[in-house]
Parts: sequence; C-alpha cells; structure tokens
Amino acid sequence: MTVSAGYPFSGPTYRDGNALAGPLSEIFAVDVTAAVSRCAHCTRTGPLGGLHVYDRGPGRVARCPGCGEVMMRMVRGRGEVWLDMSGTAALAIPVDDR
Amino acid sequence: MARAAIQGRLGDRLRWRTAEVEDRRTESGTATTLVLSVPDWPGHLAGQHVDVRLTAEDGYSTQRSYSIASVPDGEHLELTVQRIEDGEVSPYLVDTLLVGGLVEIRGPVGGWFVWQPEQAEPVLLVAGGSGIVPLMSMIRTRSSIGSRVPFRLLYSVRDPADRLYADELRKGSPGLDMTYVYTRVTPDGWPRPAGRVEPDDLARHGWPPDFEPTCYVCGPTGFVEKAAAYLVLLGHSPDRVRTERFG
Ligand SMILES: Cc1cc2nc3c(=O)[nH]c(=O)nc-3n(C[C@H](O)[C@H](O)[C@H](O)COP(=O)(O)OP(=O)(O)OC[C@H]3O[C@@H](n4cnc5c(N)ncnc54)[C@H](O)[C@@H]3O)c2cc1C
Ligand SMILES: [Zn+2]
Repeated sequence: MTVSAGYPFSGPTYRDGNALAGPLSEIFAVDVTAAVSRCAHCTRTGPLGGLHVYDRGPGRVARCPGCGEVMMRMVRGRGEVWLDMSGTAALAIPVDDR
Repeated sequence: MARAAIQGRLGDRLRWRTAEVEDRRTESGTATTLVLSVPDWPGHLAGQHVDVRLTAEDGYSTQRSYSIASVPDGEHLELTVQRIEDGEVSPYLVDTLLVGGLVEIRGPVGGWFVWQPEQAEPVLLVAGGSGIVPLMSMIRTRSSIGSRVPFRLLYSVRDPADRLYADELRKGSPGLDMTYVYTRVTPDGWPRPAGRVEPDDLARHGWPPDFEPTCYVCGPTGFVEKAAAYLVLLGHSPDRVRTERFG
C-alpha cells in the first residue's frame, strides 16, 4: 500500500499515533502513546505515537510505519470499545517505579 | 511538576470536563486563540493536546484534537484553532463559540510528542501553518523556566499574514533562533524566494546531525511527511525525529 500524501493535500491521509492518545485514554489509565510497540508482522519497534493512524473512517486503524501492516484497530460502539491488537506483538509501557 | 502531570493519571482514566471560554484572541485572518477556564486542570506537558467534543441538541456528537499552546497556568488553557473552510468543527470554534460558551474537553493527552525540561540536547522545531501551536508551548515553557537549551525554529507559512504569534516571536527569547519559510508570498526584501521547504532550508537553519538534536515536526500531513523525510535524508536518526500530523 502507499502511505504518501500529497503536499499540501491529496490522497488518503494519516496522522500520528499521538492522535490515539485521547481515545486510548478511555481504556488505559496510563498514556500508551509513549509505549514502545512491536509490530507482529515485521518485528519493528518504535513508540506507539509514531504509528500511522487512519481515523477519518468509522473506526481507527494504526499501521506500522515500517511495513504498512495493520497493528491496531479501534472501533467505538454503543457502550463498548472494540480494540483489536493482533498486529501488535508486544507493548512496553513506561511506569513510575516510585 | 512535569512528572506530576503524567503520574496523576495512573489509576485514573480520563473523563470529559466542561471548559468555559474566558477570552478569545484573533491570531490571523483564519486563526483564533481560545482561552479556556477548566476547573481542576491537572497541568500538562509542552506538546500535549486535548480532544474537544461538541454535541448537538439531537445528540449527534463529534470530536477533534487540538494542541495546547500555553504553559501550565493553574486552571487556564489556551488552544489556537485554524479555520478549515469546509470543516465541521474548526469554523464553529473560530467563529461561533463566544466568550462564556462551553465545550467539553478531555486531556491532557499524548506522552510522546512532548518536550520536557529535563531534556538537555539541542532542539529543532519545524512548523507548517497551525503546526506551530504545540511547538509554541515548548518555546513558552522553555522561556518560562529560564532554560538555556538551544532551540531553533523553522516556521513555514504561505504568506506573512498567516504567521501565528508573530509579535511574541519577533521579541524572541535568548537562545532561540528562528526563521520563516514563505511558500507563496514573502515580505519585501526577504532573501529567500517563496517556495516550499527544501532540504537546504533544514540544513541551513537546523542543527548538524552529529549534535544529536531532537527534532519536532508539526503541521499538515504532507508537510510533515516531506520535512521529516528530509531530516532523515540529512542524516538525523529517525528516532530523533518526532512528528505530529494534523491531517
Ligand atoms: C494531535 C492533533 C493536534 C491538533 N492540533 C491542532 C491545533 O492546535 N490547531 C488546529 O487548528 N488544528 C489542530 N489539529 C487538527 C484538528 O484536529 C482538525 O483536524 C481540524 O481543526 C479540522 O477539523 P474540522 O472539523 O474543521 O474539519 P473536518 O470536517 O474534519 O474536515 C474538513 C475538510 O478539511 C480537510 N482537513 C482536515 N483537517 C485539515 C487540516 N488540519 N488542514 C487542512 N485541511 C484539513 C479534510 O480533508 C476535509 O476535506 C490537530 C490534529 C491532531 C491529530
Ligand atoms: Zn511492521
């Protein structure tokens, strides 16, 4: 797939994983955009905030910036958030040791 | 204080809060700063954003993200919103929501596109259009704590009338270097012809890669994509280039 957007605007466009910070705060009590995530497809690691997020549709899809595969899908329904993380092999979440 | 903002969230999921518009400032022909009063605001880090939610009488609701422009200051929060002509939310925030009006906000959120005062390395800020907003929070935070970390800002706008925070940036701050890149119209006598950001601009006004600066790039997706790719091309490690695409 192609992830290139025109300059200034054309074609399908995406944002950074930062844009998931609010929606994910409904689920997680810690900020996970600073967490390191590992792609289940190509094993690339990097901050969740650096994923490519397509959020103009009914759901939100986060893709690996390395291989372009889907790492996370999030769909909000009535009283329920459906989070598919099958494309994410692991998350390393910073916590406070104090 | 910086730690507290994030720590305060442990074990506590975010909720929507009602914010009241306390003041409005025109920043350009298309952008307005909303000064919000938010009871119990927990503070924030430079670079974080909030989600703003609007709900219509019939229950339809929609939300968008807006970066925080201000430094942590009690229960006050500033957002600068650029009107997108055919947009759903931004024209409402810029033109319709007046002083005394209420909006729902959730935040602060985002822990990756942030600058923290503990960071000692030089910083390059690259802004396109309204992408200056979270970077301005970093500049203001740096000044407010009297940090000496060297900052450079490259700010790309279409023409001089599009510049946000022009007066404040003109006054500057010791250790902050800045330049504008105009893409359509330049002021009289401006040395660089109008045109989009090129690798040469980033080489000239940025830091050499071996200084290992952290680069923050923010703006419309196409702009961010080009600028971030150029920085990597110039030798900056992709790990040191953080991006915030506004869409
Ligand atoms: C983390 C984050 C922080 C942000 N911070 C700010 C901020 O500080 N200030 C700010 O003004 N905006 C910011 N944005 C963008 C903001 O969230 C909205 O996308 C923007 O205000 C447009 O919303 P809208 O409802 O008016 O337009 P929409 O109804 O969503 O879109 C209308 C049309 O405009 C196009 N469009 C959408 N977004 C943009 C854009 N940013 N520039 C140009 N065209 C666009 C769309 O493709 C569409 O054709 C941020 C976005 C993110 C993800
Ligand atoms: Zn991958």
